[in-house]
Amino acid sequence: MARDLVRRLGSWEGLLLVLLLAIVAVNAVSVPGYLGVQNQINLLQLNVEKVIVVLAMTMVIIAGEIDLSIASVMGLAAVLVAWLTERGVSMELAIVIALLAGVLAGAFNGFWVAVVGLPSLAVTLAGLIGFRGVARLFIGDRSLGGFPDWFTGLGQHPLLGPIPFAILAFSVLLVVAAIVLQASGFGRLLYVVGSSPDVARYSGVRVRRVKWSIFIISSTVSAFAGILLAARLGAVRGSTAEGFELDIITMVLLGGVSIFGGSGRILGVFLSILLILNLRNGLGLLNVSGNAQTGVLGALLILSVLVPNVARGVRGRLQARGGRSLPPPGRLTEGAEPSPPVGG
Amino acid sequence: MTALLQRIRPERFRELALVVIILALIAFFGSQIPDFASGLTFTRISTSVAVIAVLAVGQTMVVLTRNIDLSVGSIVGLVAYFVGTFLTRDQGINPIVVIAMSIGIGAALGAVNGLLVAWGRVPAIIATLGTLAIYRVFLVEASGSRTVTTDKLPDWLLQLPRVSLFSVGDFDILPLAVVAVVVIIAFQLMLRYLPFGRRLFAIGSNPEAARVAGFPVQRDVFVAYLLNGGLAGLAGFMFLVRFGNITVTAGQGLELQVVAAVVVGGVNIFGGSGSMIGAFLGAVLIDLLQQSIIRLPGISEFVRDAFLGLLILLAVASDKVILGRLRALAARARRQQEEERLHSDATGGLGSGP
Repeated sequence: MARDLVRRLGSWEGLLLVLLLAIVAVNAVSVPGYLGVQNQINLLQLNVEKVIVVLAMTMVIIAGEIDLSIASVMGLAAVLVAWLTERGVSMELAIVIALLAGVLAGAFNGFWVAVVGLPSLAVTLAGLIGFRGVARLFIGDRSLGGFPDWFTGLGQHPLLGPIPFAILAFSVLLVVAAIVLQASGFGRLLYVVGSSPDVARYSGVRVRRVKWSIFIISSTVSAFAGILLAARLGAVRGSTAEGFELDIITMVLLGGVSIFGGSGRILGVFLSILLILNLRNGLGLLNVSGNAQTGVLGALLILSVLVPNVARGVRGRLQARGGRSLPPPGRLTEGAEPSPPVGG
Repeated sequence: MTALLQRIRPERFRELALVVIILALIAFFGSQIPDFASGLTFTRISTSVAVIAVLAVGQTMVVLTRNIDLSVGSIVGLVAYFVGTFLTRDQGINPIVVIAMSIGIGAALGAVNGLLVAWGRVPAIIATLGTLAIYRVFLVEASGSRTVTTDKLPDWLLQLPRVSLFSVGDFDILPLAVVAVVVIIAFQLMLRYLPFGRRLFAIGSNPEAARVAGFPVQRDVFVAYLLNGGLAGLAGFMFLVRFGNITVTAGQGLELQVVAAVVVGGVNIFGGSGSMIGAFLGAVLIDLLQQSIIRLPGISEFVRDAFLGLLILLAVASDKVILGRLRALAARARRQQEEERLHSDATGGLGSGP
């Protein structure tokens, strides 16, 4: 039990927790009222759309795929809502249609990946360009707004205690994602498909159906987040949500989810969300510009993979030198075979 | 069909198909857009393709090794901005030095990517998504959001895009286009005949096998990134020449166009197959569409991106579906040829026997 605890603390999530506490402590000392509930809610409120998509992206990456089109789908849904209401469609119907567009976009991506068998990187890159293009078809270079009050209040007006609807939605989705990933049959399928699609297929898993559904989930959630973004901003442009994919993917990977699929937990992702939000906030308080904060995120993204890799390499080398264990087979062959001259 | 497949490799079909599509598009645009087949159109498209083509050549090397470099747009912006600023301060610098500096800065930035991917074992998409942000941020911070403007740049640089080296009919061949053609040919030859070029294919087809075979996989991947960075630096210089006015957002989103060109040009995104010629044709096709669709009467300029997305998808899908079938056919044709030869050898051997 005690050993288990030590292992947990030494794990990625333990490291995230320590980092998070350190950042919060520094911020709390330098800014009075930092730990107040309202400040933490504000923090989440300003990023709630991204953070919602992070949950869906976690599932996609665990299943061994990637979805680069999320930000464009967010933009498309936001644009659709604005465009439809401008045309006199009721707000409720516009929301439903925008959500359906998300379902369709996901089905489209999923079709090419699951049925035709194309790499998701290429398919969703096409989606990133294409869906943004479709959004621009509707809105051109205008800026649309004029939403009803109840809609713009979704992201800001307190609904339950001090908590607005958008954060409430995130909390519900967080719990749902945790249950799906950690305690449901579908979640287990995601891990199986992510660690080895072939093994999954031979074990009778309907890989196609699983892949198709995660792309539909990812796009639908993105559309939902896009609608919330339109509500919070109050006005939509063709470039709404552009470039969000970097932040979103960073949050997922920093949470300990492997880009190669098959591993990662929602707890780590949740910690990484809090870590990044508090870090951005802290940097902002230190007068670091939003642009430079993005740079820090980029560095963090690289370091989150580089540091464990280097640590593993160093540990492997130390162990090999101490003779406590054999070097892994890969290194053995590398050392044993002299590099022959390579002919053209 | 079988006779044809015995002669031509399936990959060549794709390049032929691209040429046919490009010619058809030119004919189509020519019939719809007044004054399309003019020297001006050619100049506009060739200068724009030149930049993308140089980037596509570098990207192809990286993609061949089963990696990707998403940071090239930021490298182009950074190089264009810094070299531009440098030139506005001292107009008398030798052009050769300027070009060498562009390539040098680009190669240094590419080396960072290469280090991270080859020895840091950071997956390429993560490493270069990170440096995409970092390089851009560095540019924005270091520049203080100032802009390089044409009026402070030296004359030779401003004249460069207007100089016509020689003309074919109405069409002026510009220095930028010549640079691109030289780069494409040189790197295509390198890919085909140098051991390093052949190893890129081996690494992309099966990295594990390449390593076991004793290839210096890490070093080769690093060199691919280094060269790609150098080419991106060159493209940054070309970008400066082409536009003159450089803001901190210069080159933003270029990586998408380049990856699109490479993919449309038939370079397998999972590594191991592709050619510089294909990547170049992909660049031409994409640029032709981008520059021309907006000139079609009655078409919104915003159709462009939607169309481009669809084009990438179709290119990748056709690669998978049609080319897969062609490859199978070609393999069968080759086997048939082999059997026929064996057969005739056998009978020939009997006839001439003692």
